[in-house]
Amino acid sequence: MRAGFTALLALCLGVVLAFLAIPIVALFTEVPLGDVPGLLRDPVVQDTLKVTLRTNAIANVLILAVGTPAAYFLATRHFKGRALVITLIELPLVLPPAVAGIGLLAAFGAGGLFGGALQDQGIILPFTEWAVVLAVIFVASPFYLRQAISAFESVDPTLHDAARTLGASPARTFLRVALPLAASGLVAGWVLAFARGIGEFGATIVFAGNVRGETGTLTLTIYEQLEANFDVALSIGILLVVLSAVILLSYKLLSWRRSSSTSPTPFARSSSAPA
Amino acid sequence: MKKPAHGRIALGKDVWLDTERRVNRAPDRRSVGLVFQEYALFPHLTVAANVAFGGASPARVSELLERLHIGHLAGEKPTRLSGGERQRVAVARALGRDPQVLLLDEPLSALDAHTRTAVREELADILATLAIPTLMVTHDFLDASTLADRIGVIRDGQLHQIGRPEELTARPADAFVASLTGGNLLHGMAEGTRVTLDDGTVIEVAEPATGRVGIAVYPWEVSVSSTSPGAGNVLAGTVGSITPDRGRTRVRVGPLVAEVAHVDGLERGARAFASFAPRSARVIQ
Repeated sequence: MRAGFTALLALCLGVVLAFLAIPIVALFTEVPLGDVPGLLRDPVVQDTLKVTLRTNAIANVLILAVGTPAAYFLATRHFKGRALVITLIELPLVLPPAVAGIGLLAAFGAGGLFGGALQDQGIILPFTEWAVVLAVIFVASPFYLRQAISAFESVDPTLHDAARTLGASPARTFLRVALPLAASGLVAGWVLAFARGIGEFGATIVFAGNVRGETGTLTLTIYEQLEANFDVALSIGILLVVLSAVILLSYKLLSWRRSSSTSPTPFARSSSAPA
Repeated sequence: MKKPAHGRIALGKDVWLDTERRVNRAPDRRSVGLVFQEYALFPHLTVAANVAFGGASPARVSELLERLHIGHLAGEKPTRLSGGERQRVAVARALGRDPQVLLLDEPLSALDAHTRTAVREELADILATLAIPTLMVTHDFLDASTLADRIGVIRDGQLHQIGRPEELTARPADAFVASLTGGNLLHGMAEGTRVTLDDGTVIEVAEPATGRVGIAVYPWEVSVSSTSPGAGNVLAGTVGSITPDRGRTRVRVGPLVAEVAHVDGLERGARAFASFAPRSARVIQ
């Protein structure tokens, strides 16, 4: 009876593993691996890769530069409506990406909330590279912000106080104490946001479209190449699987390092031998 | 760090806080060296970098480390240090910004009992070599009497008594100070130098008083015997707990705890007599 139950559990695990692994394995078997480098040198893929890297680099720099101070503010100040603000930040996490895309269109598109005003200034965002950047920021930044808030919250507040009594201004306290102590948590959050940004599809196709060399990202090109050149789509898939695996591994490695460096007893318990 | 509702804090002529005049100097602009309860050392910085955080020059850092006998730990991270070592780093760091006053917030409470005794002595030595006014907060009278020149007893925000440690023991201002300093507390009605305790026993006190009074008697001024000593103030009772304590023994007889060198022939539950001299019975109005 007991052995039967364990066998049932093992069987379920086997089904789960097989179901999750088969598509990944199929990616690697459907196209000869030796052809992959050649397929990735295809001008279509090269253009796509450049667009993806460029837009994501800009988006990630903006997420880090603006998101980090914002997260620090939310982690260290308590004010009325703080919970509401945090919920608002988390909303894009559960929002369908297509909704995010249409929201961005409604805001910045021609005739949108700010679209007219921007157009008067000569700025047209939809279906440009900047539209991809905005879409990536919209869907990916909550991943970073959430992790960054909790990373800053886990820094012992008496360390802030200690820095202040030692003459450090609030800004210096942030740079010298909070930032280095939260660093590994911030990087972990950034890895998640980066992964989400690279995989972004729904909001981008609605708000930025799929213009080769301008808004065509890796995931959009997979969709586009399904009928044109299935092998190209497959090799982009392989590239993204490898990238995702690297991201996941580095995230796990970081969390593991973090949990071992911030063990429950922050200081070694040892008796004090008078020197 | 926290803004008081009202009050005034000044160091000499330098006003840090005055709620009436709306003065509230930022913590980083007050010349104070604060040693935190759990030391709050920066875990990502070495000992030397911790001490240098307040702006001390490398030469000043090594001088402070040498002075506190932690020069050999300069390159270590705080997580690798023992309680006593961490405390020295915290003191060195606080001194690193050349403060005009040193504040110690329960500096010994983070330590276990064994470490505490050793670190208390170390801290006493360190404080003796520093020429800087130091204010320490503690819940432990032994910490205060070992480390302080003057003790202010504060309870519920009220200052009960301020004085040298021996003054507090010699003349506790009230029942709270008497019990904090380790005294037994008896109650009774006084008429001149005679006090009738609540259990009916009449004792002699050195200072005349009238009305309802408290009597503080310190354990080390109480003797215990199995036969009545005949002279002095004697309270009869049964022996309660007998607790060895650092080479001496604490014996409870009736309402009194005595601290004695020997407990010849005394057993728990036996009848015994606790006695003390009239001058040991301090009257608390």
